[in-house]
Formats: sequence, C-alpha cells, structure tokens
Amino acid sequence: MPKQSPIPDAMDKPFWDACNEGRLVIQNCKACNLMQHPPQRDCNSCGSGANLEWKQVSGRGKIYTYGVVYDSPVALLQADQPYNVAIIQLAEDHEVNMLSHLPGVPLDEVPVGATVQVIFEPTQATGQKVPEWKVVS
Amino acid sequence: MADAPAYGGDGTPFSHVSMYRNKEGLGVWEHKGKVAAVGIGHSPTSRRWDGTPENTVGAWAILALRKAIEDAGVRPDQVDGLVLDPQTTTGAHWPAERPVPMDVVNAFNPSKDPLDGIAKLSASWILKNMPELTNVKFTMYAMGCMTNALVVAAQAVGDGRTNTCLVLKGWHNLDGRYYQGGANAQDTIAGGAKWTNLWAGPACFTTATQFQAYCKKYGKSHDMMAPYVVESKKNGLNFPEGFFAQNRPEPLTVEDYLSARWVAKPANLYDNDIPIMCSSAFLLASAERAKDMKQKPVYIWNQCSTDALYYGPQVEGYSPKRAGRGIISTLEDVEAITDSTGRKMLEGAGITSKDISFENMYDGFSLFHQFHIEGLGYAGIKRGEALDLYQTDISNDGPHPVSPSGGNIGSGRTRVWQHTDSIQQIQGRAGARQIKKKAEIGVSGGPMPDGGNFLVWSATPS
Repeated sequence: MPKQSPIPDAMDKPFWDACNEGRLVIQNCKACNLMQHPPQRDCNSCGSGANLEWKQVSGRGKIYTYGVVYDSPVALLQADQPYNVAIIQLAEDHEVNMLSHLPGVPLDEVPVGATVQVIFEPTQATGQKVPEWKVVS
Repeated sequence: MADAPAYGGDGTPFSHVSMYRNKEGLGVWEHKGKVAAVGIGHSPTSRRWDGTPENTVGAWAILALRKAIEDAGVRPDQVDGLVLDPQTTTGAHWPAERPVPMDVVNAFNPSKDPLDGIAKLSASWILKNMPELTNVKFTMYAMGCMTNALVVAAQAVGDGRTNTCLVLKGWHNLDGRYYQGGANAQDTIAGGAKWTNLWAGPACFTTATQFQAYCKKYGKSHDMMAPYVVESKKNGLNFPEGFFAQNRPEPLTVEDYLSARWVAKPANLYDNDIPIMCSSAFLLASAERAKDMKQKPVYIWNQCSTDALYYGPQVEGYSPKRAGRGIISTLEDVEAITDSTGRKMLEGAGITSKDISFENMYDGFSLFHQFHIEGLGYAGIKRGEALDLYQTDISNDGPHPVSPSGGNIGSGRTRVWQHTDSIQQIQGRAGARQIKKKAEIGVSGGPMPDGGNFLVWSATPS
C-alpha cells in the first residue's frame, strides 16, 4: 500500500536512517533499561533525558490486535480502503508497539497472536523506507 | 512557555500543573464541598458555521456566558473570573489561503488576531465584547475540554483566586470533511503524526483496537453495545440544548446501529460523535457565595486528572508524558489508567463507588465508555462486565442510569453535556432526563480513558 513519506527530524533521524539500512532500532533508556517508541526527548518511564540510546532489535514481533479501516482521512490510504491495521508488539518488549498493514493477510482475517517479521518498504515521495511486518507463523 | 500559541496576544496564563490532582494518595480534596456550580448557559447548536456574525463561535460564547450569568442570578459585575479553552476547532481548521471575512471580524470588537471569535476564542476577545464584565481579575486558559476548564476553575475558586467564575468552552465547525485536507492530503508527513499517519487514519482507530482486544479478552461482541448507544441517543433527544434534539430529532433503533457503516471496524458511524458548533458556559462560585444564588448549588467534591495529562504540552510546568511505551495505548494501558482514575476520583471525594447515584463519564467514542465505568466500579461492575450491565435496565428510570446525559453520542461533540446533565440532575431540573432514583452524587469527566480530567458532584457540601 502506498504511504506518506515520513520527514525525519533531529530526534528520530537515527530510526529512519536505520530503516533505510534494513535495521530496526528502538530508543532505550540506559537508566531504567526500558524501551519506548516513538522516540521522545526524555524517557517516558523515568524522565531521564541524558540516558537515551538507540538499540537494534531482532525485528520479530507478535500481533496484539487489529482494526479494519474503512474511512481514513489520509488521502494516500483511501484508494485501498478497507484495509487491515494491526498492532505489533516487539519480541524484546511487549509494551513497545508499532503499526502494520500486514501485507498478504486477507481483510479482517488477521491472525492475532501470530509471529511477524519486520520488512522495510520504500515510500513514493522521498524513497524513505518504513517498517512493515509479514506474518511468519 | 515554549511553543504555546499566544491567543489574542493578551498574556492570559495557561493552567499550571500544580492545579491538577494527578497522583493517587493525595487524600480528600482540600476544597471538597467548598466550590459549587450554579449557573448553566448553552448557545444553540448547528452542524457548521453559516458565515454570519450571529452564528460565530464568539457570538455564541457571549450568548452562553450571558445565559449562565442570568441562570445563576448574579450581576455581571459580580463575576471576577473567567477560565476558558481558547481552542475551538472540532478538527476543522481555517484554510491558510481562505480570506478572513472582515465584515464578520468587525461586527465585534476584534483582538489582534482576526480569527479570534471565528476559529478561536481569547480571553481578551470575550472581555472586549462583554463590556458588562467589569470586574474580571482572574483569567486562565485550560486547553482542550470543558472538563479541563472546570477542574482548573474549581481549583482556582477553592484557592481563593476567584470567587465567582465563568467557565467557557466553544466549538466551531467549518465546511468540508473532518480532518480531511492539510497534512493528511500530502505525500509527505512531518511531526508526531508520522507515527500513525502511515498506517492508520480515523481518530477512532485506537479506541477500536482497544475495544477489539477487550472483546477478545472478555468474550464480548460489538453487538452488545447496541442498548447503550440506543439509550444514549434517546437521552440526547430528551436534551433540549443538544444537537439532535434541535436539528435531527429521529430516534436510533438497534437495527440502525447494527447495520451502520464501519469507520474503523469495530467502530461504526454511531460509535463516533458528530462534530458540531456550540458554546457552553458554567458559573462556579465558592460554596458560601453560591448559597444566595438563583439555582441550587451543586457542590464539587473532587477534581482530579490522569497522570498523563491529555493536554500536557500546554500545561505550565508539565513535561508531556505518554500513556504507555508504544505508538498505541493498549487495552492493558487504558485499564490500568482508568483503574487509577477511579481510585483517585473516589479517594479525593472521600466516597466509595456505592455512593455514586449516576455516571456521566465521557463517551466520544462510545467504545471506551466501559473503561471509565469499570474503573470506577459503577453499579458494582468489575473489569469485563460493563457490556453485561448494558443488557440490563440502564435507562434513567432504572437502578443504574448509564450516561443519563446521552453524552456526545446523544447530543454532538461538545464534551459538555455530561457536566450540564450532572448539575441539572442534582438540581432536579433535568426534565425528561431526570433520573428516577435520588440524584445525590454524580461523576463526569474525560475525554480519553488514558488522559483526561474528572469531577465528582454532590447535592450537599459534606
């Protein structure tokens, strides 16, 4: 599915650069050893601003739940309506989640609990790659 | 404060984090029973602005404020405070290329911002256009919701910063579809929206996924929402100030609900609230001052908030905090937060859930109402039991009225009906919506289960 191209900013540029290199990195706080996504200036858990690092993760996850979008306000997505959007929990930390269209999964037949693997898709406007997820089991 | 827009350029301060009770263990609110709501004022409602000065959000704000003053039976020069939300958008923003109609601007005493009174509301614009408010010495902005404005005003009255305080929330709605255009129409996306825009879309999506997880966890279904939504629409038609009672007085049937189009399955059209135009105002006063007013005082027993304040970036002294550690708040996140909110509401009021006569927790979206009332333990329910409660008599004639206001689902998106109804129920002037049981203690608040502000209302000061 075509997506908007994200424009990186100073805070999240390492995440998007890693996507272009085929790697998934997540912000991690060295002070409390908790990850968070999307990136923030400070740790959402302990408030520390000086201890955030980028940590490469396996790119494995699990489908937590999903919805089926019939009426999106985002113009680029409207041609493909209705479409699945799943919430993916990272294997390393189930409290960190990301979104996915789950390419290849039939509409409204999302296998909740299934294992997924990250892939990286280029977006049209800038070529910036973005994470997507494929069901592997 | 960094990044805060200067509404009207008038220097009105934003609410400060110290005014919010957003932690557990704070005990009973120090101003319990010492602050009361007395007057209520609502403008008419409409789907969209018709382009005339008479129907701007500003004109309707003046109308609502004057009604609240009259309803309370005070003189305008006795009002010494004004708390309001300067944002008035329902999701419709004034297009940059669209000329501002100067005939509308000049129909009022304008501020420095020509959109003031049309697509936003500053304190200075209100005071310039209500010359009868000669004694207002305390003004403050509380962003996003009437609920936020009410908790801030309640704290300010309790702290003695104002004694007779108007509280205002206005909404404008313009032509065009909700949230269409702007950044959503572009091929690229910057800022915080990039983390969701690439995949999702409608505002109800997050709630829809939480509800999906809820149904899986507790073995419930979307069909079980029908009695609650139908009852909310019925209550809305009994709300003469509301949008549907005024503009589309047709009842909703279970069949209508079950056959409605999906927006983000499992959220359908009727699980979403309709954006409208309306301005609403309340008059709060110290309990001592309220005793002599025209209407029966409704005492505030507690004001509290979630830890992650929904409008954090525009609260002075607060570092914004997300509800969880992922892009989307999960069912587990909202259950933990609404459990905490329930404890805070009860603790600060010094009551138990059994003391609550009725609940008007927020409903815009209908699919998260159950998180709020389960967190409170309303009607003795535990997690996973709200939809079972919905299958019983939840009407205003029954033992456990659920959303007697009808909320946003019943009367359109103002995030105000819940408070109006709570006050009217306790004052005994809710008309056709008046609950059959004695209305002694009510609760209201929102907007989101993972971020919002909450109030406990009572018929007596202690």
